[in-house]
Amino acid sequence: MRRPTLSSRLRTLLASLCCSLWIASPAAAEQVVLGLSHDRVAITATFDGSEILIFGAVKRESPIPTEAPLEVVVTVSGPKAPVMVRRKERDFGIWVNKDSVAVDSAPSFYAVATTGPFDEVLSDTEDLRHKISIGRAIRSVGARIEGAQDFTEALMRIREARGFYSLQEQTVALDEQTLFRTAMRMPADLIEGEYLTRIFLTRGGEVVSQYETVIEVNKVGLERFLFTLSRDHPPLYGLLALFIAVVSGWGAAALFQMLRDR
Amino acid sequence: MNIYLPIAEVAVNAFVVLGLGGMVGVLSGMFGVGGGFLLTPLLFFIGIPPSVAVATGANQIVASSVSGVLAHLRRRTVDIKMGAVLQGGGLVGATLGVAIFNYLKSLGQVDLFVTLCYVIFLGIVGALMFIESLNALRKSRRGGAPVRKHHRGWVHSLPFKVRFRTSGLYISIIPPVAVGVFVGILTAVMGVGGGFIMVPAMIYLLGMPTKVVVGTSLFQIILVTAATTMMHAITNQTVDIVLAFLLLVGGVVGAQFGTRIGTLLKAEQLRILLALLVLLVCGKLALDLLLQPSEIYSLSTIRKAAQ
Repeated sequence: MRRPTLSSRLRTLLASLCCSLWIASPAAAEQVVLGLSHDRVAITATFDGSEILIFGAVKRESPIPTEAPLEVVVTVSGPKAPVMVRRKERDFGIWVNKDSVAVDSAPSFYAVATTGPFDEVLSDTEDLRHKISIGRAIRSVGARIEGAQDFTEALMRIREARGFYSLQEQTVALDEQTLFRTAMRMPADLIEGEYLTRIFLTRGGEVVSQYETVIEVNKVGLERFLFTLSRDHPPLYGLLALFIAVVSGWGAAALFQMLRDR
Repeated sequence: MNIYLPIAEVAVNAFVVLGLGGMVGVLSGMFGVGGGFLLTPLLFFIGIPPSVAVATGANQIVASSVSGVLAHLRRRTVDIKMGAVLQGGGLVGATLGVAIFNYLKSLGQVDLFVTLCYVIFLGIVGALMFIESLNALRKSRRGGAPVRKHHRGWVHSLPFKVRFRTSGLYISIIPPVAVGVFVGILTAVMGVGGGFIMVPAMIYLLGMPTKVVVGTSLFQIILVTAATTMMHAITNQTVDIVLAFLLLVGGVVGAQFGTRIGTLLKAEQLRILLALLVLLVCGKLALDLLLQPSEIYSLSTIRKAAQ
């Protein structure tokens, strides 16, 4: 039922985006042609998370190779920022923050989706080279945190529990070794910025082709206005905050007085 | 219904925030405390970053205090002169407090210090108030007219006497200024309005009548929290107007109900309730320090240096 509509959609996509989108090296026998349901996410006041449909096709000049089945890995990575990880210890009977490790740079959001079990889809060497798994994606940039394994693991554990980091195995659908699609769920607590989206094609654990694009996440409307005001004109923003507070405080008092007098 | 907060960069349930604001507003109107000591930990709990919670809490307290103080002004239960004297001391104290805060920050243990401050002050104030008001309540139950003990001690032998008409006091100006300075320091260090210290200090140290205390405390809190809001908005840019608005819509309504409930209860009953509340928060914070947390690691994003 779904395949014809998707493939017809892809055919029009292929026609319109043919040369502009695929940028893999010319030597690769198989290349990715990609589409996104939307390439920008607008954070409005009632923003409640977003689902992005990532779909595409594999373009090839020669017949489908037969040695190993094609697999697809999709990663989406949010803006990176340094994170301080602190550990509590018992001291004089109370729990206090003792040791801390600064992870130089960890993505605010990181999701990996694959067609099969991660270990089978991607070899360890390739993971190391392209920094695809959650652990590698963080450690690759935190070069100065050696001897701090526990802290990095705590960072991943906490962010995974809150839904910011996820490994979604077998969530990429692949048809006829050519058409693939997956849905990425973005949480409501998104940070603004560029979300790097990477697609890897693998055969027998080896990356045969790679493609990158960016999803823009931006605040819009009132959210944009308030954020910009707070950064560019802090005194004005502070006065606005106080003005709202005083007026609503006074308004409520006046309203209740009116209700009482009636 | 979820609302995305532009400064905190998290999405929260609007009704939960409205409810929080309303609850704190009721307390504010009833007891004349800003409710910051309760609101700030609750905001942490629903996932607001601490720096945003402290700054936005201050902004919300401005609104509920304005709402509450107007109701008290109409009833002529605000000692404006006393409030101004306390505020003068408060501003001096806040400046001192910021210096202390920054020094502790450089030592890297400011979180622990703030929590310990909460536990110690909430514990002492709560316990003293609870014992005192329980005694007062027992005495009034026994039927005898409540004996008003006038502070004829050292407070009255100090120089620079001033008449505070609304409070019916003729005392030296030194104790109110000292109380103001002390509360100002706590305000800057603990990020609260300081009402929970101010109210007992006015009752027990200055001997002000309980009726006047609540309105005067609210009046004093307005200026202190307004100054705190501006300071945070300018230096840290952590005041979230959307969050503050949701909190204060709940808060201003709550404050009106609180003021009404406050007039229905006896002064002793009011004090016992506030004492119990203070002890409850103190107990919760103490437990957090004593029990092993389920997650001993914590994360905090390091803000990129401001432009």
